[in-house]
Amino acid sequence: MEEHLVDWSRAQFALTAIYHWLFVPLTLGLGFIVAFMETIYVKTGDEFWKKTTKFWMGLFAINFAIGVATGLIMEFEFGTNWANYSWFVGDIFGAPLAIEGILAFFMESTFFAVMFFGWEKVSKGFHLLSTWLVAIGSNLSALWILVANGWMQYPTGMKFNPDTVRNEMDNFWDVILSPVAVTKFLHTISSGYIIASLFVVGISAWFLLKRREIILAKRSMVIGAIFGLVTSFFVILTGDESAHQVALKQPVKLAAMEGLYEGKEKAGIVGVGVLNPKKTLTNDEDPYLFEIEAPYALSLLGYHDINAFVPGLKDLVYGNEKYEIESVDSKIQKGKVAIEALKNYKRAKEENNLLKQDEHLKVLEENIKYFGYGHIKNPEDVVPPVALTFYSFHIMVALGTWFLILFALVLFYALKREIIEYRKLLIVSVASIPLGYIASEAGWIVAEVGRQPWAIQDLMPVGIAATDIASSNVQITFFMFAFLFTALLIAEIKIMLKQIKSGSEGGH
Amino acid sequence: MNRSKQIINLYVDGFKNLTLGKTLWKIIILKLLIIFTFLNYYIYDKSIKSEYQTETEKIDFVYKNITKE
Repeated sequence: MEEHLVDWSRAQFALTAIYHWLFVPLTLGLGFIVAFMETIYVKTGDEFWKKTTKFWMGLFAINFAIGVATGLIMEFEFGTNWANYSWFVGDIFGAPLAIEGILAFFMESTFFAVMFFGWEKVSKGFHLLSTWLVAIGSNLSALWILVANGWMQYPTGMKFNPDTVRNEMDNFWDVILSPVAVTKFLHTISSGYIIASLFVVGISAWFLLKRREIILAKRSMVIGAIFGLVTSFFVILTGDESAHQVALKQPVKLAAMEGLYEGKEKAGIVGVGVLNPKKTLTNDEDPYLFEIEAPYALSLLGYHDINAFVPGLKDLVYGNEKYEIESVDSKIQKGKVAIEALKNYKRAKEENNLLKQDEHLKVLEENIKYFGYGHIKNPEDVVPPVALTFYSFHIMVALGTWFLILFALVLFYALKREIIEYRKLLIVSVASIPLGYIASEAGWIVAEVGRQPWAIQDLMPVGIAATDIASSNVQITFFMFAFLFTALLIAEIKIMLKQIKSGSEGGH
Repeated sequence: MNRSKQIINLYVDGFKNLTLGKTLWKIIILKLLIIFTFLNYYIYDKSIKSEYQTETEKIDFVYKNITKE
């Protein structure tokens, strides 16, 4: 398949996913913040909290609706641009998405209507229950999709069926409770909670700067900062586990995240650094133009042992006997054996030769985990874009650290001082709203770019996953999507701003 | 019956009373219409579903793609 087409298909999916993730994460956290506020209302009976809940609920609803629209396009693209992939993953990918559709989506949309339209029409208790169920439902939707994504990063709980050329689910619990899926889910939703907290803190800060809705803003700010502070610690914990899982299951990604070419024991983390653009796998250039390193931290982060050996890209590509790391070249040979075995199996089946069928099936099963390597031309092709992965990772970590500091400062000043007098802190809080999105998108870039060239880790490279269609079609739709999504984003921001400016007295 | 009427009214009244939300839903529906009609009929008029009718044909199609050198 022409590389040009694969690149356009990748670009189109990346574009859709990046836009989709602009709309979704706010919903994940804001749902809970709204539910907390309504719980206070139901407990105290104070009408102020009802008004505050309704204000934030309006903003939640705008995001929720647009997130559904972009999500549908992504599922459409699986069928059109990634037909081989969609077939190959079979029910492994289909089952979680179907569960999402049936369970979480219907739960959300039913209770969403009660939550949004049901004020004064249902009892306070039932309304509160609906609000909590919408918040939980949004997160359950994310669970199923992230389980599917986790499986792509670390395929487990399945068996390849050579008759249908499909992976079939062998153990549902292995898929759903895979350490990669669980960590991915927790880390991703908690990053959404941080975005929601930044949003609530930032919008409240804007009201304080404008000297409007002062009580609503101050109280919302406290709730946002507490939620943000707690989830920031949770993001650090899940981030640590996430890096540990990457070290174990996708070591090439970890090496790219750190720009680590030569493996070493007691490896440090580059806290701040600039990569040397001249560095390649085959030359001896220094990988960094400048770096500040925290000693031992990478060994500790990756393997929970300060003395651990962290393999570099060279070890992972060319192999390292001392540490028993297999070379990519050897994996390519095994991948080719697996592909050949599948062909031979099919031939034997057509000839109705059961003995040969068994023989080839055995070879296929022995080598199936290298299947994707059979399509890799050069060992160096398994290295993802290092610079994009490295900088995205460092931007995400730096911003995550900043958010922790910001929430602590906001909470302190909101509780102990007259925060309205601290204009610089309020301005910084407003300016930090987009930073939350940048950090979260950067996290996704690390996860997805860092595992290239794989659509499914070790089993299927993107070049094989894509559908062979005219690249002009993909180009046209790329620009069409870019235009439509940008228009949608502008429309959303405008509607949001209008809603925010109208304050707690505005309608929906 | 009364319960179903209440549920329908919940949605009908809810959408009727929307102000900013109405614009939002119009934009979303228009966007989905454009994308799905345009894509289905003009761009991706050929897909694995439309091109291959039987399960065997689909399997053969994917088999060829994943075993090619």
